[in-house]
Amino acid sequence: MYRYDSYDQSIVDARVEEFRDQVQRRLSGQLTEDQFKPLRLMNGLYLQLHAYMLRVAIPYGTLSGRQMRKLGEIARKYDKGYGHFTTRTNLQYNWIKLADAPDILAELATVEMHAIQTSGNCIRNISSDQYAGVAADEVTDPRPWAELLRQWSTFHPEFTYLPRKFKICVIAAEEDRAAMRLHDIGLKLVSRDGKIGAEVYAGGGMGRTPMVAPLINDFVPEDEIVSYLEACLRVYNRYGRRDNKYKARIKILVHELGVEEYKRQVEEEYAHMRILGLNPPTEELDRIRPFFAGPAYESGLSDEIDRTDPAFALWADRQVAAHRQPGYAIVNISLKPRGGIPGDASAEQIELAADLAERYSFDELRVTHAQNLVLPHVKKADLYAIWQKLDEAGLAEANLDLITDIIACPGLDYCSLANARSIPLAQKLSERFGTAERQADLGELKIKISGCINACGHHHAGHIGVLGVDRKGVENFQLSLGGSGAEDASLGQITGPGFSEDGVVDAIEKVTDIYLTQREEGERFLDTYRRIGMKPFKEAIYG
Amino acid sequence: MKILTGNDLGTGDVIWWAGDGWSRHVGESVDVGQKGEELARSEEAALRVVGAYVIDATVTDEGVRPAHIKDRIRAFGPTVRPDLTLKPNDADAGNWVI
Repeated sequence: MYRYDSYDQSIVDARVEEFRDQVQRRLSGQLTEDQFKPLRLMNGLYLQLHAYMLRVAIPYGTLSGRQMRKLGEIARKYDKGYGHFTTRTNLQYNWIKLADAPDILAELATVEMHAIQTSGNCIRNISSDQYAGVAADEVTDPRPWAELLRQWSTFHPEFTYLPRKFKICVIAAEEDRAAMRLHDIGLKLVSRDGKIGAEVYAGGGMGRTPMVAPLINDFVPEDEIVSYLEACLRVYNRYGRRDNKYKARIKILVHELGVEEYKRQVEEEYAHMRILGLNPPTEELDRIRPFFAGPAYESGLSDEIDRTDPAFALWADRQVAAHRQPGYAIVNISLKPRGGIPGDASAEQIELAADLAERYSFDELRVTHAQNLVLPHVKKADLYAIWQKLDEAGLAEANLDLITDIIACPGLDYCSLANARSIPLAQKLSERFGTAERQADLGELKIKISGCINACGHHHAGHIGVLGVDRKGVENFQLSLGGSGAEDASLGQITGPGFSEDGVVDAIEKVTDIYLTQREEGERFLDTYRRIGMKPFKEAIYG
Repeated sequence: MKILTGNDLGTGDVIWWAGDGWSRHVGESVDVGQKGEELARSEEAALRVVGAYVIDATVTDEGVRPAHIKDRIRAFGPTVRPDLTLKPNDADAGNWVI
């Protein structure tokens, strides 16, 4: 894992003290809320429905046991004993006091963490593949580039006040586990003639105008990636719509200009920048890369797993993924217990995950955009012991990518932007479909729920997506089918008129019934939908 | 009736104007009539509240009840965590809020 150097640490420490002063000035009345709001947002501090909410950055979803333990400690000491893992692989605390915020940031800084650029119209936390460095299908570990981009984008003076927020994702595998093409810019590292470079996708995103990012360059050499991104951002920064926040994301610019024209302008800018020689020195990437070197795996380990305990076998079949190192496995920890709140974890559960990482996973954890956790380097011989500990803590749900592995935003229970509650719906669906047999029978089926059009719950990319809306003061839920955030990215199509909360649960059951009767051998729900189209589902739902 | 709500500047707690100060309990809200906006400005200037705004509410058998679901959730806490509502461990919290 990357460790801060003196520059990283000093800028984070300095930011804590700067914010401490700003908070004191706000509390003493020297700053008005209008003056203070942009300052607190730059430090991830929102004012939500019930209290201040602090969003902590987890760069590319990777963190150590020490960092995870600190997150649990803060949950207990400053919050109400829990945190919420988000679709941006960050952690949110829901009950923060303004006066405590600087102390919390100071505590985070002791473990090389912060909340910088988790809000505001800047480049947000860089996201990546939760299996980075351990996936068999990746061409290289994407995290050194993600880290390079983190450093480049942190306090970048030109990109601190973009037209709108900006999200970047870096992956390096054929299987897209990070919804790469639904980012403002997505990078897929590829190998060509033995050299690493990036496919660059620009103009994706969800929100009220969802778009799958088109490819704008099929190979940018690795030592030019940062400069190329700088050119992409410059064109956006210059021409992005600042007059209308609903049209201010890069996806609108790319769409309105057209892909070819946007690309032409980027290339023109890039040609100019090449002359300036702004690429970071290759020494910096060389300095970063060793931090992500694989741990000291043992060799000669057995790949056998003792499956005599049926409950363990069920969990292992679902939650354990193949590791590229013989004798090791990737463990997915579900944060979706039956009837639970997607992405929430108690301080004790967070600390247990920290313990497990330190003891069994070379001190490393990942957070996924699907609001789950990953132990990336686990000996297969340790799987049973890990499962027992997870089971005791209520973390042994076996539902990865199944119908109850639901993504849900905080919704109207917490969020001041929301129109409807996402979590109670997720809980009802989890209860309705939660038996092991039913989930297994339905197979891969991703439900994603957003409480408003901002789409933090990624509903556009759900095989089944649900959007909560406000219909004359009453919660109403729109259903969509056929979305995907994976390598076969697509946007869901709305089925028709919306439903009540109970009504949408029933409608989803009808949708799954059609799938079960119509599916052909080996078809996932999404495959069947794509083959037979919307009509049979619509007829079943609306009669 | 019109009632005034906002968040405590320091703690972030949801608070309600109770006539002679702020309360955490919506049931203690008073009708601010046409004076809500002016009250909001003066209370914000006095650093006692942030983001104050006026909402519609009605008096029911259970007390003052904000007209919109969002403010009812603000009044009592997340419907999915009855242990965190102002009526601790009320298993029916989600129902009576909505």
